[in-house]
Amino acid sequence: MNAPWLESLPLLADGLLITLQVTLLASLVALLLAAAAGLARLSRYAIIRGIATGYVELFRSCSLLVLLFWVYFALPFLGIELSKVTAAVLAIGLNIGAYGAEIVRSSIKAIPSGQHEAGIALNLSPNERMLRIILPQAAARMLPPFGNLLIELLKSTSLVYFITLSDLTYEAMVIRNNYYTWTPQIFGSLLIIYFILSSCVFVTFRLLERKLTAWR
Amino acid sequence: MWNWDYVNDLLPSLLKAFGVTLGATIAGFLLSIVIGLVFAVAARSSIGPVRWIVRAVVEFIRSTPLLVQLFFLYFSLPMLTPFAMPAFITGIIGLGLHYGTYMSEVFRSGIDAVPTGQWEASTALHLSKRKTWLSVILPQALPPVIPVMGNYLIVIFKETPTLSAITVVELLLTAKSEASITYRVFEPYTLAGLLFLVTSLLFSFGIRLLERRYFGTKQLTGGGKR
Repeated sequence: MNAPWLESLPLLADGLLITLQVTLLASLVALLLAAAAGLARLSRYAIIRGIATGYVELFRSCSLLVLLFWVYFALPFLGIELSKVTAAVLAIGLNIGAYGAEIVRSSIKAIPSGQHEAGIALNLSPNERMLRIILPQAAARMLPPFGNLLIELLKSTSLVYFITLSDLTYEAMVIRNNYYTWTPQIFGSLLIIYFILSSCVFVTFRLLERKLTAWR
Repeated sequence: MWNWDYVNDLLPSLLKAFGVTLGATIAGFLLSIVIGLVFAVAARSSIGPVRWIVRAVVEFIRSTPLLVQLFFLYFSLPMLTPFAMPAFITGIIGLGLHYGTYMSEVFRSGIDAVPTGQWEASTALHLSKRKTWLSVILPQALPPVIPVMGNYLIVIFKETPTLSAITVVELLLTAKSEASITYRVFEPYTLAGLLFLVTSLLFSFGIRLLERRYFGTKQLTGGGKR
């Protein structure tokens, strides 16, 4: 089988690196935001709850692609100029973080109140209760939905193609311009690469879940 | 900074494009329901290979980006098959297929919630498979998952800007081309963002109202956990 476009595979490898970089950085941003906003939504201070709820509602209701356009193309008019990677990481992180906050909140709320009361009975401080009793149990509940969310994040990194950041999808389009007749093979391979990446995330989270729930 | 005259010039074309966005949303949503139902029922087929293939297809579509699927449908299919579809139709099929796999998970959770006794009763009454699904199982499985379906309506709505990649002239692409005429990008992108924001907030408010009114206060979740 003679497929000349395969000579361009190094380009796809470069794109893969960018995709992985954006995925990793954006998931860090999203995780931090999710933890902060998720905990803040359970705060006893109405103002903190209000701010967190505002963040979650705002960024869950906004279309990610429009947000990305806005951050990259419109923000410079307000004097804030961001690099492509920063804009992508920020937009994806803000968007996925809002969904993650809901996972954090609902997982913590799902812990039976008896656990909380037992912590009080044992005279643990509020911080100890949260860190040593509630969170370890909530974390086990959070894992499967967080795994799904990370797959959503990975998929959404393909949108950086729109701001011409040279990720996997962008490089595939470049290769396609050079080897037009191989279009189906190029996009087919691209789909398979994304599927393999998602499967890696899925398997990793399955293993993590098994580890975190070993005490059960 | 913010120029209201420019906004006035922009609004008619943006609102017109918003109609295309809404059209794609509704058509994609309806198609995703049909495809989701087919997948959900086929995943419970009594023929093993049918079950495996459907599950593999659902898993594959769920694990790959909508954008790449759209590229594949729009640029590759005409080369592999004799069919060439317009961008708008391709976009709707892409949305329907992608979210059909999510929808099938929603339906699956609804079908799983129907008590086994209902299946056994249908067998006892000697109902055909078709009759069992249409008159016994689905009428009980679907109503409880309507709010979750509503959430996916919002998700699909927010994903429609992706269709601009295959030249569907929806809201975002219109904002982009307006911006490229005047080199003023702030107003068009901000207006597009606001339109999306306000509409999806209204949608979700409506769904919450519907949920509270017809479905009690019980929070329904579907398709989240695997």
